Amino acid sequence: MLKLKDIHAYYGQAHILADVSLEVNAGEVVVLLGRNGAGKSTTMKSIIGLVKPAKGEVTFQGARIEQMAPYKIARLGLGYVPEERRIFTELTVLENLEVGRQAPRAGVPTWDWDKIARLFPNLGEMPQRPGGRMSGGEQQMLTIARTLMGNPACILLDEPSEGVAPVIVDQMAAAILELKSQGVAILLSEQNLHFAAEVADRAYIIEKGRIRFSGTMAELEADAEAQQQYLAV
Amino acid sequence: MSVDALLVQFLNGLAGASTLFLLAVGLSLIFGVTRIVNFAHGSFYMLGIYIAYSLTARIGGSVLGFWGSVVLAALAVGLLGVIVECLLLRRIYRAPELFQLLATFALVLIARDAALAIWGPEDLLGPRAPGLKGAVEILGRQFPQYDLALIFIGPAVLGALWWMLTRTRFGVLIRAATEDREMVGALGVNQAWLFTAVFGLGTLLAGLGGALQGPREPANLGLDLMGIGDAFVVVVVGGMGSIPGAFLAALIIAEIKALCIAIGTVHVFGFDFSFSKLTLVVEFLVMAVVLIWKPLGLLGKPSAASRNSSAVEAPLAPPDKAAKIFGYAVLVLLLLLPVVGQMFPYAVVLMIDILVAVLFAASLHFIMGPGGMHSFGHAAYFGLGAYGAGLLMKQFSMPMEAALGLGPLLAAAGALLFGWFCVRLSGVYLAMLTLAFAQIVWSIAFQWDEVTGGSNGIIGLWPAEWLNQKAAYYYLTLALTVGGVLFLWRVLLAPFGYALRAGRDSPLRADAIGINVFNYQWMAFVLAGTVCGVAGSLFAFSKGTIAPDVIHVGRSIDGLVMVLLGGVQTLAGPVVGAALFTWLQDAVAREFQYWRAALGVAILLLVMVFPLGVAGSVKRLLRRREVAA
Ligand SMILES: Nc1ncnc2c1ncn2[C@@H]1O[C@H](COP(=O)(O)OP(=O)(O)O)[C@@H](O)[C@H]1O
Ligand SMILES: [Mg+2]
Repeated sequence: MLKLKDIHAYYGQAHILADVSLEVNAGEVVVLLGRNGAGKSTTMKSIIGLVKPAKGEVTFQGARIEQMAPYKIARLGLGYVPEERRIFTELTVLENLEVGRQAPRAGVPTWDWDKIARLFPNLGEMPQRPGGRMSGGEQQMLTIARTLMGNPACILLDEPSEGVAPVIVDQMAAAILELKSQGVAILLSEQNLHFAAEVADRAYIIEKGRIRFSGTMAELEADAEAQQQYLAV
Repeated sequence: MSVDALLVQFLNGLAGASTLFLLAVGLSLIFGVTRIVNFAHGSFYMLGIYIAYSLTARIGGSVLGFWGSVVLAALAVGLLGVIVECLLLRRIYRAPELFQLLATFALVLIARDAALAIWGPEDLLGPRAPGLKGAVEILGRQFPQYDLALIFIGPAVLGALWWMLTRTRFGVLIRAATEDREMVGALGVNQAWLFTAVFGLGTLLAGLGGALQGPREPANLGLDLMGIGDAFVVVVVGGMGSIPGAFLAALIIAEIKALCIAIGTVHVFGFDFSFSKLTLVVEFLVMAVVLIWKPLGLLGKPSAASRNSSAVEAPLAPPDKAAKIFGYAVLVLLLLLPVVGQMFPYAVVLMIDILVAVLFAASLHFIMGPGGMHSFGHAAYFGLGAYGAGLLMKQFSMPMEAALGLGPLLAAAGALLFGWFCVRLSGVYLAMLTLAFAQIVWSIAFQWDEVTGGSNGIIGLWPAEWLNQKAAYYYLTLALTVGGVLFLWRVLLAPFGYALRAGRDSPLRADAIGINVFNYQWMAFVLAGTVCGVAGSLFAFSKGTIAPDVIHVGRSIDGLVMVLLGGVQTLAGPVVGAALFTWLQDAVAREFQYWRAALGVAILLLVMVFPLGVAGSVKRLLRRREVAA
């Protein structure tokens, strides 16, 4: 479904990603683990086109996308949920969703307000609430819901558990599993191994912009050394 | 003052508010979404009034014909906006803010000459609106029917815009893009299309504002700069990107203006103070007060930090050996000029102008490039220097040498005062506050007849005996210009300059390592203002006459063009740019009626082909050669 091959990315002169390769198959939840500053968000941005990779290939459903504009990539059915959430604070919940809305896409679930309200009951209760007057957890739900309105086949989910209350983290995990059951592929970035273990099938570990580990979630949980070396703080 | 007079002025204010709102709202809309500060907005307004004039001349006799012409004119201007967006702006959305300004300013020049070619230099007053030619009586006073109609049109347009922004998908996308356009793109919205539509809508509104103004004031070639000045003020006071803010600001400014007229002249402490004179400057006073009190305007919101990951600027390099040799060679040529140039006395005169321009531009570059403060009102300090010298000589009977030496102190004082307010702001807001102060200075020079000579200015400012020869004055100018420029460069390459650039690039970090960014920027402002004042004083004695136009916004813009033409990222940029600009203006303007348009086209080419400016591009070319060799 989604495949990165030897991606290099820069901010100005700073070489941030080197030879990053990874793959997400249909229906899979894959987690990209790494400490703060390891390059997880940059990887996500390189996929959606907000950072243009200097070298390497990104393939999504057979199409080469590394040089495409973000909006074109999004229209292929690749959804992006940024770490900073970036919801539109002046817009209501419904308006935020409207911005993300795209036409239905064959072969993937189609989302509307009713379905969103079922996935995130909290949002269902506040259709007219401006984005700026929501709690962090509600904003996190909104940013995911907004991306879902584009009916994506695959979602890039950048640290959804960061900075939200434990009860919301549980809801996020449930939502991810629900999306997976509907056949949406997910690339998740995380620092939190426990959260990842709850939802992911496979894992990559990134450190200093390089992939250091790749394997199934079970393999990672058995590999205390990798955990210690790349994830412990 | 009677109640009826006050009421009529209040209604006048409402009509004025409608006009101002229509003029400005499109600018705010465009800025909100595209982050382009469209200098050409006033030109679209001007074209609206001209096109409506031509249309009403043909079909405007009937009610339907008149209003049809207004709508058609607005649509035509909107279409023009769409074309401009597709051909030009699309290419420069990622360019530095200043380049966008320069490009849209080039459009101003081109539009001005296009209007001159099509409609000629005369003022053209359109027919009055059929059915609304008369006046209604309000408390025994006559009030024009058309103005009454305008009072309703402004809020009606506001209502229509409001409906669109809140009830349509297009409107929701506009509001979302105003907050975070990159995210809108990442959600699958084609920004290119959205930007084109918004630009078209914004220019359409400007055209509508112009077309509606047709029966009230004659179409003329000065409306572009007048329009953009007013529009900027309204947008900045209201908060950039805020549409209700634009309405509120238009209302406040128009009503205060009307109130000033209603009050007229009052006697306080034995003085006559004419409030109606304030109308020329009241909007800038309002803007200055609002920006000092609310730096983002009345209803402005902090915009999401620009996420353009543009490359970091390379540090300023001290001149290398080759550059120094080149510099000395130029200096020798300049020293020889009066000797060689005896056959062409005009060369010396032109060279004085060029040197003054170089000093002016170098001082602007000092705060703009390394300081990161884009002043739109640098002419204020030029003018203060010129008037300082002039007043010291005429009002205080000082000898010319003393006046020349002390005149710049007035510019220094102005920079000290204005800078203290300006450096608190940044970006467009700072630019607008500098513009406001410059307009205030201009209007004082223009209106304080007893002291400044009003619009006639000060005449008879001749240099002392020993400087009477053009060649002698030339050497003086050369010495002060070279000295001034070298002084500024020296400061930029000293720790002061590094601190200044640190403050520009990362104010928070600079503060954290103990650099007081505010003080550095303020000092830089004062230094630049003082050096600019020297240029102004030199200018005064080189011409013998000064008038308020030395402070005019046109001069401030010339300075910007010079700096950008040369390239803002190099030390030599402003020198090259000022010389080139002044020479071009002199050479082309005398030969070619449409020199403005020619300059505009040249600027557009420059922006597209040499985005680093002339000096910057040459430098990069040389460096490439070096790398290749
Ligand atoms: N806009 C930026 N400009 C320059 N450097 C950046 C920028 N964003 C991130 N970085 C740097 O890139 C590296 C990777 O950052 P990021 O991808 O955000 O890591 P993560 O998401 O894993 O925490 C970090 O060293 C960070 O400092
Ligand atoms: Mg991150």
